[in-house]
Amino acid sequence: MTQGVVARGRAWVAAVPGIWLLVFFLLPFLVVAKLSLSEAAIARPPYLPLWEWDEDYLTITLNLGNYRYLIEDALYINAFLESLRIASVSALMCLLIGYPMAWCIARARPERRNVLLTLVILPFWTSFLLRVYAWIGLLKPNGVINNMLIGAGLIDQPLTLLQTDFAVILGIVYTYLPFLVLPLYANLVKLDGALFEAAEDLGAQPWQTFLTVTLPLSVPGMLAGCLLVFIPAVGEFVIPALLGGADTLMIGKVLWTEFFNNRDWPVASAVAMVMLVVLVLPIMLLRNAQNSSEELA
Amino acid sequence: MNGRYFVPIAASLGFAFLYLPIVSLVIYSFNESRLVTVWSRFSTKWYAELFRDPQILQAAWISLKIAFISASLALVLGTLAALVLARFGRFAGRTLFNGMTTAPLVMPEVITGLSLLLLFVSMELTLGWPAGRGLTTIIIAHTTFCLAYVAVVVQSRLVGMDRSTEEAALDLGATPVRVFFDITLPNIAPALVSGWLLAFTLSLDDLVIASFVSGPGASTLPMVIFSKVRLGVSPDVNALATLMIAVVAAGVLASLWIMNRRAGASGSSVQ
Amino acid sequence: MTESDDQPWRDPNAQPFLRIKGLSKHFGSVAAVDKVSLDIYRGELFCLLGGSGSGKSTLLRMLAGFESANAGSIEIDGQDMAGVPPYRRPVNMMFQSYALFPHMTVADNIAYGLRRDRLPRADIAKRVDHLLAMVQLADFAKRKPSQLSGGQRQRVALARALAKGPKLLLLDEPLGALDKKLREETQFELMNIQEETGVTFVVVTHDQEEAMTLATRIGVMRDGEIVQVATPREVYEYPNSRFVADFIGSVNLFEGVVSEDGESHMRLDCAGLGTSLYVGHGVSCTLGQRMWLALRPEKLRVSTEKPAQSHNVLQGVVEEIAYMGGSSMLRVRLPSGAQVQVTQANLDRDDAHPVSWDETVFLSWSDTAGVVLPS
Repeated sequence: MTQGVVARGRAWVAAVPGIWLLVFFLLPFLVVAKLSLSEAAIARPPYLPLWEWDEDYLTITLNLGNYRYLIEDALYINAFLESLRIASVSALMCLLIGYPMAWCIARARPERRNVLLTLVILPFWTSFLLRVYAWIGLLKPNGVINNMLIGAGLIDQPLTLLQTDFAVILGIVYTYLPFLVLPLYANLVKLDGALFEAAEDLGAQPWQTFLTVTLPLSVPGMLAGCLLVFIPAVGEFVIPALLGGADTLMIGKVLWTEFFNNRDWPVASAVAMVMLVVLVLPIMLLRNAQNSSEELA
Repeated sequence: MNGRYFVPIAASLGFAFLYLPIVSLVIYSFNESRLVTVWSRFSTKWYAELFRDPQILQAAWISLKIAFISASLALVLGTLAALVLARFGRFAGRTLFNGMTTAPLVMPEVITGLSLLLLFVSMELTLGWPAGRGLTTIIIAHTTFCLAYVAVVVQSRLVGMDRSTEEAALDLGATPVRVFFDITLPNIAPALVSGWLLAFTLSLDDLVIASFVSGPGASTLPMVIFSKVRLGVSPDVNALATLMIAVVAAGVLASLWIMNRRAGASGSSVQ
Repeated sequence: MTESDDQPWRDPNAQPFLRIKGLSKHFGSVAAVDKVSLDIYRGELFCLLGGSGSGKSTLLRMLAGFESANAGSIEIDGQDMAGVPPYRRPVNMMFQSYALFPHMTVADNIAYGLRRDRLPRADIAKRVDHLLAMVQLADFAKRKPSQLSGGQRQRVALARALAKGPKLLLLDEPLGALDKKLREETQFELMNIQEETGVTFVVVTHDQEEAMTLATRIGVMRDGEIVQVATPREVYEYPNSRFVADFIGSVNLFEGVVSEDGESHMRLDCAGLGTSLYVGHGVSCTLGQRMWLALRPEKLRVSTEKPAQSHNVLQGVVEEIAYMGGSSMLRVRLPSGAQVQVTQANLDRDDAHPVSWDETVFLSWSDTAGVVLPS
């Protein structure tokens, strides 16, 4: 009888966040799915209803035109491919820059470790928008970097840095670097130091120890870190909007334009649905990577 | 290059990369020239300008209000979600619950923003609520994605906590609710603080989701900054950025100092 | 004091204080506790002894109310515990990790349970002082758990669990986290406190020495089942299976077939040894039944001369001698290839070993030194 009270209490505790998430997280996707099958119209809201009830006749109109449009217009496919490419390159760059950082933090003395970790997290607490904005000042034709290079006599003409894919990748690597360092660090710090000593004791050079022991054992952390960069980067809007050029096609930017500039809600919804489908696989991979790095502990 | 030094040097370059843009922002916020990147002389005039800009001040006030309310709501909901995930074991719908709690972490913002806006529009058409979009809809949207961050932070603390202390309290006659307030809450308090701060920062920082679900008269600070920045670099934004960085740095340094002092206090008195 | 006062389990009219009937707990397809039935009497210090995964901790947690049973019942002092949550049970537990509340002082930890009962402040303070004195921590009342040594924490955990005067105290590996020397001292302290308070203790341990020292009775667990319940002496001298004989102390096991089954003796033909062994008391068995003779190493005599007795003599070669201070352990290889363990008390300081390596020796034992086991 008292166990019943406990069970009811638990049900309430679960129901509050559960219902909130059902209504404001899961339900919206169903609305997006529904809208991606309707027809755009000059109306308020700018689409036609999916079903109509008229004198005993229920008319359901499913419009697959939005999806056909995505396939037929090369813009969308190119934008998807370009997003995947930029996100992959960015994730790999993050890995190259972030691995030595994660390794150094994991091997530092505990009191220094906290300081270094704070240094990695600190930029994350400052405004994302402002950090991206900072790069405009650095990369502009008359920006800090070009001024310094010209001042040093290395170049005569300012380099075109801003409004390129390079700038977009730089921006993504810069803002998402902590997302890679933290899970990788969490993975590396759990590895028993005796493993490396054992490898050296058995005659492995430091680089051999790294390749044969450290690297294989940090695969879950690397995978989780890379996916944590890759997944949000695919749908990134702010960075390509601020640092990219007019020809930088990223799917997040396309969705934004479709929605705000063209006011074509159904096509924007179709783009969102396709993006979700594309991201399902990496999200599942991420869950597996996170689970397996927990098992390692 | 000697192999011994390769890793530390590479790591230092990585850290430099993280801080270079921030340092340049701070330096140029004190530049007198309107040409943001050409140094003329030291000046604080952009700070003065910033505080005379009613649009920025109003947006900052709106953003702080939204961030405070969303972070607090997200703290309550996220802590409940974390309790469910860390303490309730297996139950029907656990996978769905877990998925809904963690998915917002990786969901691209454009999708979250679009889907919530479409939900609000549909709800308004069928239920008549929320009437129009503005503060309320932004708060709901921010609460939803901040909830996920709070849940992750609190859950990891709950999992790391020694569960036998909770069982001991139950064993000594405390009811489950009592156990939560007597034992669990003091134990996860640091996670609650950092979860709330994280949620507050994320809400204060969000541009994309707010742009989708906002309505007339509810422009948040990031929305105002974005429209300014899109037109080019503006020095008062540098000043704003420097102020925000100063606040964050002060907060982090203070928390580090408190943590170190606490660690030192308990460390020295053992034995 | 009559024997049944001291050993209530021998009295058929005694009412058990804790009655466990057919208790089972499954985790998935694994039966952690499998149809356990057990009676424990008031004032006992009962030890549940078993290896890891034997189900002893799960059984303890079921008594405390942290795990619910799939089948069976638990009755404490005549009250059925089904559906009673941990915070309503007249039972307290001392946790293996001690589970002291890190944010509360020692005194607050001990007072926690009393405050839940809403006792008057003055009574709580008095009771806490009494308990602090009992565990000799009166000067540490204001300290936090992190400022105590391992032994002090253990005593706080004990005081906290005893504070409410539970009918039954459950102790999960109470000495497991202490080092050997401290563990031995604390064993006696624990026994004194149990005697002083008169509370019934149920102790879970994997340490057989600890169980032997502490317990009035031991329940040996294996794979979720209780395989034997008896006093420490009985468990050691009269194990009921090869598993118990082997789990508690060391033992030599000789396998054989019953060839004589008399009123007051039996004989076991051991094909492996090439001889038959004589047992000087009756055993319920049938001719031709496969049985085992279990012999403790200290029950064997070693001599270089052939002893006079006509049976229970084996010849072998000394292979290893391990000096262990108080005693020495010998391994003797028999012609059949089997190895026998023998311990000898070191009675003299010098020349501890009357025998040396590779020497041929005779092993002998009395007719009643061994136990015949059917399984």
